Amino acid sequence: MVGLFAYLGSAWNLGCGYTGKLSWGHSAFMGLGAYTSTMLYIAYRVTPWLGALLGALIAAGFGTIVGVICFRLGLKGHYFVIATIALAEIVRVTFINWADLGGAWGLLIPVVRDSLYDFQFHSTRVPYYYIMLLMLLGLLYAKWRAANSKWGYYFTAIKDDEEMAESLGIDTFKYKLLAMTISAALTAFGGTFYAQYVMYVSPDTVMAVHVSTDILMGPVVGGMGTLLGPLLGAAIIQPIMELTRAYVGGRGLDYVVAGLLTVGVALMRPSGVVGLFEKYFRAISLRSPEIHQG
Amino acid sequence: MTKHFGGLVALDAVGLDVNEREIFGLIGPNGAGKTTLFNCVTGFYMPDYGRIQFKGENLLGLTPHRICSKGVARTFQIVKAFHSMTVAQGVTTGALARLDSIEQARKKAASVLELVELADKEQIPIRNLTTVDRKRLGLGCALATEPKLVLLDEVAAGLNPVEIDQVTGLLRRIRDLGVTLLVVEHVMKLIMPVADRIAVLHHGKKIAEGKPADIAQDESVIDAYLGRE
Repeated sequence: MVGLFAYLGSAWNLGCGYTGKLSWGHSAFMGLGAYTSTMLYIAYRVTPWLGALLGALIAAGFGTIVGVICFRLGLKGHYFVIATIALAEIVRVTFINWADLGGAWGLLIPVVRDSLYDFQFHSTRVPYYYIMLLMLLGLLYAKWRAANSKWGYYFTAIKDDEEMAESLGIDTFKYKLLAMTISAALTAFGGTFYAQYVMYVSPDTVMAVHVSTDILMGPVVGGMGTLLGPLLGAAIIQPIMELTRAYVGGRGLDYVVAGLLTVGVALMRPSGVVGLFEKYFRAISLRSPEIHQG
Repeated sequence: MTKHFGGLVALDAVGLDVNEREIFGLIGPNGAGKTTLFNCVTGFYMPDYGRIQFKGENLLGLTPHRICSKGVARTFQIVKAFHSMTVAQGVTTGALARLDSIEQARKKAASVLELVELADKEQIPIRNLTTVDRKRLGLGCALATEPKLVLLDEVAAGLNPVEIDQVTGLLRRIRDLGVTLLVVEHVMKLIMPVADRIAVLHHGKKIAEGKPADIAQDESVIDAYLGRE
């Protein structure tokens, strides 16, 4: 779970942390990914790997729509957050009422023997960890490369000051849309992984607002717009929530604890946990694109 | 061009012609419409009526980044900057407007930083810069996009006399490189010696235009702006 939310947080961070647009609707992308691969598997036995690709395409399409709506209307700050929640809720309510997709009950993935093709491993859960690790490393590598590219510079520029970026010839609309689309597609991969891991999807487990909250708490606590922030954040938040559930009990209290922590960090240290270390280890944070020395 | 904000006429049929390779000064009291005119030319505002042409090409209705790609750059009155970048990274971002390769953009940025006298500060985070260095940086970012025309908004605001002299010299050097400058300015000490021509705005109208020496003698300008002894 730490790995999954580290991954999802990193995907979120790509779209939101680097461009400064706080999306609280990433559950919709995750849900679209989870549902697409699950439906294709149940109906046609399409391997979830291919399903994940199609899910990513669908989520990217929806991400583009969300982006066009929000960015064309010039939604900023709180209004952007509210709009993303609303759009994600539209998706969730649509799926609740979509009988062919199981409605509010959701879909159970039929259990078969362990196989990579079916993306199911029951005798041992270890393959899931390695798959997640690979996804996470792949994403981190891509982000690290991007930080030293034109895109990386432009995303940072947009986050810092949109008007200034625009005046320097940056098509801010295009780059914001790009960030949103890529982030949506990557989040959908995470959705498929989640579905295969728990073998069950329903609107309330993959599309609800609390799922978006899970996704974004990591980067917020760890440090938005940083490479390692989402990892650190997920590594802090997820165990705390797990322990709360185990020792105090009750669904809900875990969010109270994690929420308090998130608010606390956001108020006292907006740059996140990574910001704490930044002074001492500037190199590990990669907060902004690295300049090659010499 | 004309621009209204609600009932307020910010620009009332103002016309300007700026020649190539000149420093054109735009002066006037607060609220005269100088910054509004700026924002219209650079695409941040849409004028209600009017034409904006640059080298025979229409700029009206284009987005700011398209206008930048046509060779018109600007600086901001309230110094905007990419606060999470270093000086070199900020200027490199500007250079990427014409270049796709980071390496080339860095080289370009290095030469621009030399010009605006920030080469020794290239690794400093932008948020740690002094006011005058931020102005230099703003100019550097704009110049990195290889403009033919740069619009400078209140470049002298907040600077001391020594710094104003430095900036004056810098503007001359930039003009001598073949870049046209349209300078909105409050500080007479900067604009009078450096400008080739000056226009005066007052309540959204152009009340005078000409050489600095003539402007200083102009009756209506003295009434509206410079004041009498």
